[in-house]
Amino acid sequence: MNKISLIIFREYLTRVKKKSFIIATFLGPILMGAIMFLPTYFALNTKGNKSFQVIDESGLMGEVFVSDSETNYEYISVNLEIAKSDLLESDLDGLIYIPEFELNEPQGFVLYGASNQSMSILMSIENTLELHIESLRLLASGLDKELIDSFEANIDLSTINLSNTGGEQESSSGAATIIGYIASFMIYMFVFIYGAMCMRGVIEEKSSRIVEIILSSVKPFELMMGKVIGIAMVGLTQFVLWIVLTVGISMLISAFMSPEALEMGAVNTEMSSEADMISTALTALVGINMTLVLFAFLFYFIGGYLLYGALFAAIGSASESDADAQQFMLPVTAPLIVSIVCLSLVLQDPHGSISFWMSIIPFTSPIIMMMRIPFDVAPWELILSMFMLILGFLFTLWIAGRIYRVGILMHGTKVNWKILAKWFMTND
Amino acid sequence: MDLIKINFISKAYGGHKALSDISLTIPDKSIFGLLGPNGAGKTTLIRIITKIIQQDQGKVFLNEEEITYDLVRKIGYLPEERGLYKKMKVGEQLIYLSQLKGLPRDVAVKRIKIWLEKLDLKSWWNKNVEDLSKGMAQKVQFIATVVHEPTLLILDEPFSGFDPVNADLIKNEILELRDKGATVIFSTHRMESVEELCDNIALINQSKKILDGSVKQIKEEHKQGQYIIDYAGTLSTRESFDVLSQTELEGDLKRAHIKFNETSKPNDLIAQLTRSVQLFAFSEKIPTINEIFISKVSLSNE
Repeated sequence: MNKISLIIFREYLTRVKKKSFIIATFLGPILMGAIMFLPTYFALNTKGNKSFQVIDESGLMGEVFVSDSETNYEYISVNLEIAKSDLLESDLDGLIYIPEFELNEPQGFVLYGASNQSMSILMSIENTLELHIESLRLLASGLDKELIDSFEANIDLSTINLSNTGGEQESSSGAATIIGYIASFMIYMFVFIYGAMCMRGVIEEKSSRIVEIILSSVKPFELMMGKVIGIAMVGLTQFVLWIVLTVGISMLISAFMSPEALEMGAVNTEMSSEADMISTALTALVGINMTLVLFAFLFYFIGGYLLYGALFAAIGSASESDADAQQFMLPVTAPLIVSIVCLSLVLQDPHGSISFWMSIIPFTSPIIMMMRIPFDVAPWELILSMFMLILGFLFTLWIAGRIYRVGILMHGTKVNWKILAKWFMTND
Repeated sequence: MDLIKINFISKAYGGHKALSDISLTIPDKSIFGLLGPNGAGKTTLIRIITKIIQQDQGKVFLNEEEITYDLVRKIGYLPEERGLYKKMKVGEQLIYLSQLKGLPRDVAVKRIKIWLEKLDLKSWWNKNVEDLSKGMAQKVQFIATVVHEPTLLILDEPFSGFDPVNADLIKNEILELRDKGATVIFSTHRMESVEELCDNIALINQSKKILDGSVKQIKEEHKQGQYIIDYAGTLSTRESFDVLSQTELEGDLKRAHIKFNETSKPNDLIAQLTRSVQLFAFSEKIPTINEIFISKVSLSNE
């Protein structure tokens, strides 16, 4: 076996076999699945079992709350204090109290409950009350009941993207934002985590002095590249496993959720906001080219990692402990942090000049471009950006290699930027 | 035949001169000792031979060929600063290191097993290096250095960190490797091992070579006409020697360390001595490398 592949293999195997890697790989998707699906699950499933009591002292709100398959309303006419104490002993979800009120100044409405009420319930009760009071006011102003009913409108806004080919695609900028954010943050996380892993690996070899033994067998650049590539493959493995496991787990979870509930989730416009968001996202996914997003993610992950991983390796070669490395970390990672901070700017105008330039410059392009891709980027921009990224990581690998070959054997020197520059300039 | 030829090597770190104009020849199939006090430049010279660092001036030849990366990769090199991957298992680590040296996996496994047995480490195959004692880790490292059966071995302070028993074990392995045809270069600042092991030595002090040659020849050159005698009676003071020290042995026997002022044959000296005392023993006091080392170093430091 070729020496560099031996190094890659070792770097890869020792990391993949670590407990921390295995745990992160399997817990990640479970957490993701939980974060994405549990709220939907609860939102869809808890609704059916709600039951409320209503005390209407005003006498104006009879028949406003109508029981349906999800929520049960029961009008009662007992004293509020008695109802309140009864509520604690019953398994009711709440007590809606409507006092006598002036139409002009509706006040004093209370929802009593044994536990905190969900946002969506509050909104829907508030909505119902508001709507009814509005129509009462309209009636009071002398308008005809039939006329008022005819004002009622139900609107579902859908957005359509026009494409050059003349086709119309249903899309949602909300979904694009979510996908862009997730992809950008994952790139940021991956580059940081695996870049730091690279740096610690170099520091470990340097401080344990094994590097001198290895260097009597391979060239410094081979050792550095072996490490950088080996760790890239660890990252890829984790990413692929995450995708596979996330898909698998989501499928399992959705199998547990009743098909009816899912269907309702897709159709019912009055469902809770979380479920709403996800269902729109799901329907809009069709509009976003997911193959392109996945491919771009892989490319920008590898490119961004190589670019920063090389620099992290160079930092590692100049440090004898993690603490030594701190002074170099901030300047190197600054572009990454700036990219994350600028994400909201990019969102405001995904095709503006800031977005364009930041997605061309290799130090920021992995994160910024991933934010832009769901909003459709012109192919030439994408190709230019990728080309620049390749040039970028070749450049940083070259710089890092020159610093690494000197730094890795240096001990006991206080390293600063000037010394790094000197190492870089040293000729073989 | 000379395996390695070092011509006028110089190296400076910043303003500090680490080596100045060092020239050496190292004969084939022998053990070469690179001696010198701490900080003399031994490790720097070794790192230049192994091409880990670059000399400022001068050239190193291996078999009359200027040494290249590819030639260096065949050397067995034990650095002064020992290190292994702490979290890796002994067997796995040795296999990895020998594969990097170009051994196929199956050959590596076979040889490593033999070596581990030889050095009493057989049961440690599946243990992490961090669980090993310092001496054991050093033995593992020694195996990593020799497992690919290099014809040239460079060992930087191979005995540091070993107890006498293990140092002896390693010493015998080095001798065996030489007998099998390997050339061994090792550096040390401890002289005990030198006389038993080395065929040739070079002495470096403060970046300069101050002595080199075969051990025998160097000792021969540094004899100063000193003898140890056991005798009874009283030494005449009018003779052509100085008494450097004297001790009482059992009975009326005495032992003296004497130095003759003029070069004369031992028989003449004995004849001279027997005139005044009863001579029981007579032996030439040959300087140890340690003594030569100390006298040379203190001389050149003045």
